[in-house]
Amino acid sequence: MSSLLEVKNLKTYFKTDRGLVKAVDGVSFYIDEHEIVGLVGESGCGKSVTMLSTVQLIPTPPGIIADGKVLFEGVDLLQYQAKGEEMSVIRGGKIAMIFQEPMTSLNPVLTVGRQITETLELHLKMDSRSARKRAAELLNLVGIPDAEDRLDSYPHQSSGGMRQRIMIAIALSCNPKILIADEPTTAVDVTTQAQLLELMQELVNRLNTSLVIVTHNLGVVARYAERIYVMYAGRIVESGLSDDIFLNPLHPYTIGLLKCVPQLGETKSDRKLVPISGLPPNLIDMPQSCAFLPRCSYHVEKCQLEVWPELHAVGKDHFVSCYVDTRENQ
Amino acid sequence: MNVQQNNILLEIRNLKMYFPINKGLLRRKVGDVKAVDDISFNIRKNETLGLVGESGCGKTTTGRCVLRIYKPTSGNIIFNGIDISSIPERQVRPLRRHMGAIFQDPYGSLNPRQTARTIAGMPLKIHGFLKKQELRSRVTELFNLVGLDSSMMDRVPHEFSGGQRQRLGIARALACSPSLIVCDEPISALDVSIQAQIINLLEELQKNLGLTYLFIAHDLSVVQHISDRVAVMYLGRIVEIASSKEIYQNPMHPYTKALLSAVPVPNPVIEKDRVRIILKGEVPSPAHPPIGCHFHPRCDIATQACIDDKPLLRNVGDDHEVACFRV
Repeated sequence: MSSLLEVKNLKTYFKTDRGLVKAVDGVSFYIDEHEIVGLVGESGCGKSVTMLSTVQLIPTPPGIIADGKVLFEGVDLLQYQAKGEEMSVIRGGKIAMIFQEPMTSLNPVLTVGRQITETLELHLKMDSRSARKRAAELLNLVGIPDAEDRLDSYPHQSSGGMRQRIMIAIALSCNPKILIADEPTTAVDVTTQAQLLELMQELVNRLNTSLVIVTHNLGVVARYAERIYVMYAGRIVESGLSDDIFLNPLHPYTIGLLKCVPQLGETKSDRKLVPISGLPPNLIDMPQSCAFLPRCSYHVEKCQLEVWPELHAVGKDHFVSCYVDTRENQ
Repeated sequence: MNVQQNNILLEIRNLKMYFPINKGLLRRKVGDVKAVDDISFNIRKNETLGLVGESGCGKTTTGRCVLRIYKPTSGNIIFNGIDISSIPERQVRPLRRHMGAIFQDPYGSLNPRQTARTIAGMPLKIHGFLKKQELRSRVTELFNLVGLDSSMMDRVPHEFSGGQRQRLGIARALACSPSLIVCDEPISALDVSIQAQIINLLEELQKNLGLTYLFIAHDLSVVQHISDRVAVMYLGRIVEIASSKEIYQNPMHPYTKALLSAVPVPNPVIEKDRVRIILKGEVPSPAHPPIGCHFHPRCDIATQACIDDKPLLRNVGDDHEVACFRV
């Protein structure tokens, strides 16, 4: 059975004055129907660029999608023009996105209602009357009280959490196959974050949508994602089922990420945090060898001599790109 | 409190900080934003008190009052035995060398045109007790203390990474050997892998220099890790205060419980068994807070008493205080 979305060897580069930035450098992943997938990594690791590339929202220039395939329902999306008709049907219709900044991703001079009906009229060819009715239903669906009144309000009249709910309503308006949520909860408080995540999980289950959660916070995906991809410096370094990634992490970066965050209930007398030394690499003029090498405490001579290792299987659905078997050293 | 008075470095009593709302042509005052609404707590010498709460709960305002960046509306701030809440700015200034501040945004809190040396040495210059040569060696010492390479001294902030900038901010806070440091969200702007470096640095400095921290943050797991005691704020008031172990093992206030349950844990096995308390609605505006207990409109166990009256913090044993009628 082929996957709903399959990305193969995606490479997205940006031309800058200081050189070529290889933001995404050979990323492959897949998303099946009705599943929740997490894409985790620190800022600048290329996780957002990866997702933006799949729907061709990368500004060109300076960006170029240098190589790769994005197979959605068996068709390569990269063969379409970024601004072409075919792409617009898919973007927002079949693949919808929620962005990090609920403050800036809504248009401040249009009413909330107009922003929802716009997608409905465009993608589902609804007339304005039925679009408005549907918009109110959608606001109800995402748990916004007094939906009918809210349609005529402007984004600034809503709080951050409400705005993010409106974004979810817009994204789900056309019953997409895939919902990509790019850092959906970074700008909101923890209790609001919990509300939004529960809401998204419930909705994608009900609407049979697949959900991709892009985040830097490992905790956020632990509860919801079935599978997880960990990215570092433009590549996926480990992927696997949620349980494998959290309970049996094998890449030194994944191990480091899990050890450097305090667990709830842990005090300083319980455990000293183990930070990952050094800094994330500069993506210009990357060395051929593993990009994590300068920060890695497991490295062996082979890591320096050879190129960055490919992902290889270490278990069912569990892949790691590392020469060292970290299990022996633990 | 059963603690000796002389052990207390900072005492906050009934602190209130209201910001006026002015409207209309004549900018008449029409109301107040009650950012901090009658809070009291102590910080003992050499301890870390964590202050957690969601955005807009008044935790930053509290920190700024402690530093006397704001002059509080009423209440007492007793630092080292001196009430600094209402004395004039001119008299506060010499006391400020005993307090340091580390801010959230390592990009905005450092002057982009000054070299790292100037930034770290500025407090020493202002308080003016070092000669030029001494100043040089003190700045070198500070750089070593926070783990910055002293060869970077003549660089400007944009040449530093986020973590290094925060280290520079810490060096500046330490310059005059303060006894209290107010850390206002010192790590939330940093990358996950860098956060632990800064937390460890702060913990080490505390041990070696005998510092006292007021640690303000929204991330409960981080606050718990670094703090000895934790105070939870909601809409301008402290709802619960206890040791960080106790607040995790035995949270009593319904808001603390909800907050704890909302913090994600990076472990799917633990997560599967956790019950999440999803709060209804949103935090009300501090310009029009609910009457009685501020939390009652979102509380599952609220009764008429919670609407009629404001619950005060009361001791429930083990140095654990909670402001709720229902516990």
